[in-house]
Amino acid sequence: MNRSAAPLLLLLLLAALLALPHVLPRFHTYIAAIVLLTALLATSLNLAIGYTGLYQFGHAVFYGVGAYGTALMLTRSGMPAPVAFLVGPLAAAALSLAMGLICIRLSKLYFGMLQISLGSLVWAVVYRWYSFTGGDDGIHGIPLPDAIASPKGSYYFTLSVTALCLFAMYRIVRSPFGKVIQGIRDNPVRAAAIGVDVRLHQLASLVIAGFFGGVAGSLFVVVESSVFPDMMFWTFSLEVLIMCLLGGMYTFFGPLVGASAIVLLRVFASVHTRYWGLILGTILTLVIIFLPDGVLGVFSRRPLKEDSDA
Amino acid sequence: MDFAANLFSAGTLSQILVGLSRTTILFIVSSGMSLILGVLRIPNVAHGSLYMIGAFAAWSVIQFLGGGLFGFLAAMIVAPLIVAAVGFVLERGFFSYLYEREHLMLLLLTFSFALILGDLVKIVWGPEYRSITVPAFFQGSAEIFGLPLPWYNLFLLVIGPCIAVFLWLVINRTNLGKIARAAAVDGEMVGAVGINVGWIFAFTFVLGSFLAGLGGALIAPMVNISLGMDHSLIMETFLIVIIGGLGNMWGALLGSLIFGLTQSLGILVWPQFGIAFPYLAVVAVLVIRPRGLLSSTW
Repeated sequence: MNRSAAPLLLLLLLAALLALPHVLPRFHTYIAAIVLLTALLATSLNLAIGYTGLYQFGHAVFYGVGAYGTALMLTRSGMPAPVAFLVGPLAAAALSLAMGLICIRLSKLYFGMLQISLGSLVWAVVYRWYSFTGGDDGIHGIPLPDAIASPKGSYYFTLSVTALCLFAMYRIVRSPFGKVIQGIRDNPVRAAAIGVDVRLHQLASLVIAGFFGGVAGSLFVVVESSVFPDMMFWTFSLEVLIMCLLGGMYTFFGPLVGASAIVLLRVFASVHTRYWGLILGTILTLVIIFLPDGVLGVFSRRPLKEDSDA
Repeated sequence: MDFAANLFSAGTLSQILVGLSRTTILFIVSSGMSLILGVLRIPNVAHGSLYMIGAFAAWSVIQFLGGGLFGFLAAMIVAPLIVAAVGFVLERGFFSYLYEREHLMLLLLTFSFALILGDLVKIVWGPEYRSITVPAFFQGSAEIFGLPLPWYNLFLLVIGPCIAVFLWLVINRTNLGKIARAAAVDGEMVGAVGINVGWIFAFTFVLGSFLAGLGGALIAPMVNISLGMDHSLIMETFLIVIIGGLGNMWGALLGSLIFGLTQSLGILVWPQFGIAFPYLAVVAVLVIRPRGLLSSTW
């Protein structure tokens, strides 16, 4: 992408997004909000997988915990709403730290396999704990503050939080910390040799990714005013991973593109067919065979990577 | 104390026996996963789908041949063969071209197959529940230490060790197994001495798929055969392979034992969240031995 054109493009996009609820009908505004928060979710995953090189296979768990944290605080505690919106992401970050501490000792692929299977435990607990989480029914009709309860209000809230978080993550990957985690991704041994605490940086990156994943979950509560356990099921974790892959894992804006494409496709497909898995699976197979660097990755240089990464 | 009373009741022993027969299934499926992971380095997410296809295929074979002992045993052989054929197509058609890719891509490719196979099962067999009745030969229960144990569970307890011994023989005592182990360590070198590594990989994948199908066929009479039966199993299989040690057959057995037993005893102690105990056991194992209980054999 041409560097001087990029900010202009972003401003245009932002203007279009701001005008969107006034132009499009209500259902489309709702879809746009889902696209935005899913884009945030995919970008937060990309922080761990694309920028740090950690195989974060269970990311939807942090999304789900963020959503459940917020939803439970809103329905069960008498705390003011802003506290609830903070508790969700913080719970996701705490879980991310706990799971990271267990998984980080395993090498790449095993890290991911362990994380996704431990994540399925979180799902199972949420799924069965009827008295607390509502079990497989989830929680519906979550009371929201008036300002963000209307479709337009929830859209603008989602837009502003997403924009803020994306900006924060953009700054993080451009910061010295961001450079260090990318260095760890490209060569952990060399990074350790020049005195970088590899584990600490990896854990920090996991916590940040988990936190922003949790924020996306909280936004889901705002848009949907309900939560259900399937949003943290492992297949969704891998679906978010597909969004990153589709858009381009080694680019910042790639996951945004991928998330928009997958969400819109899913909405479109659900109208016409029951076989979403068949469609997604076919697309994924084609992308892996023909476009391993993703859509945006085609336009940008791929960073040097080691050959073997078992 | 409620927990303790539950734990030391007469039901404990029968629960252990039930847990052991579940262990058999877990072992058969996860040994296939371990084999594929060890030789091909593919964490096969579609392994659960192959297991599900095994169960549905067994149901179809029994519909075709009738529910007698012959039909049942035929299903236990034909269904895994069907699954092995699916595995053969996947390996030759897709994976064989993509071994050079990153593991992440291979994992996602297997996930896409899991999605596609899941929907294909829905198209072929429909979304309804299916069930198989155990043939008359296996009905009723045996008395073990004064406790009833269904014959079918006993049958599974016999099958499990047979499979373990069979796999051990294939891997350690046949040329094919030796070549497969060599290819796992250094495929290029094996190719350089004139062995067609591609077909060794195909053989391994087909054998692994066969085991997944066999697990599915064997569990079919004990559960509702349904869409989504692959989803929880695949995560359990991942954990078993991780705590067992990569590609280690005995590790898969040990992992399955830990998983099956903590699960069945956990349900006894705390019915609602018994499912959490195997996971706690896994975390405990990994804190002590991050690389798994047994070292990888290759």
